[in-house]
Amino acid sequence: MKKFAPFADNILPWLTCLTMLTALAAVFLYVPNEQVQGAPQRIFYFHLPAAWNTFLGFFIVAGASASYLWQGDRFSDLLAQAAAEVGMLFCTLVLITGSIWARPIWGVWWTWDPRLTMVAILWTIYAAYVLLRVLAGDNELIARYAAVLGIVGVLDIPILYVAVRLWRGIHPKVERMAPEMAWTLLVCTGAFLCLFAWLLWLRLRSLKLQDEIAALRREALTSS
Amino acid sequence: MQYLFAAFCAVWIVLFLYLLSLSRRQRALSREVEALRHMMERKNTSGAS
Repeated sequence: MKKFAPFADNILPWLTCLTMLTALAAVFLYVPNEQVQGAPQRIFYFHLPAAWNTFLGFFIVAGASASYLWQGDRFSDLLAQAAAEVGMLFCTLVLITGSIWARPIWGVWWTWDPRLTMVAILWTIYAAYVLLRVLAGDNELIARYAAVLGIVGVLDIPILYVAVRLWRGIHPKVERMAPEMAWTLLVCTGAFLCLFAWLLWLRLRSLKLQDEIAALRREALTSS
Repeated sequence: MQYLFAAFCAVWIVLFLYLLSLSRRQRALSREVEALRHMMERKNTSGAS
């Protein structure tokens, strides 16, 4: 973590700002309108990277939780907590942007399509995880239960991925796209990845500070 | 076009609010760490003298 600190503190915020500005310019000035959907289709350039970041965040939660259960190391537990919160943030963005896109295209804000339903379930599972961690404090037993939930919850992602094909949902599938659209998606994905890394770093640092405070309090109590 | 702007505004508002809450939490925690360190130092120096 210390090796990554100079990059994360000095370069990552600027890199995120720069790539986000490039992504905005690409979405609003470079990429053409899609012929059938028109302007609302451009929401997709933030919606899809946000969805990928959600999956990345929850896969990190599952991996770090498995490591915590296996080895019991504190860093894995903190990483799982931070990734769950950042993953939840992106999952919320997926639901919001998807809903705003659905209104002009499908005529409704929300429908119980298989993929949408699976995303709603995913959001609920990790909301429960975050809530459990916030309410549990330093309780190690609850941290272990939450780790199990973090691992089990990730099983929703492959189901979500095949939901459109399995249950014939109406959620669109990306199969082919024009080069301008592919480039814009690539730039937006890069920008969202930088944002993900930066937010994860910030959250992880504040969790480390919380740990430091708990240690200092313990030290103060034992010395008094 | 209004839906496109609504979606992007929503994204930026959510991100801004999260960053704001993170920076507030971070500042509060840093202040608490500093206060605890000062308290420990004072305790150590008074204990030594």
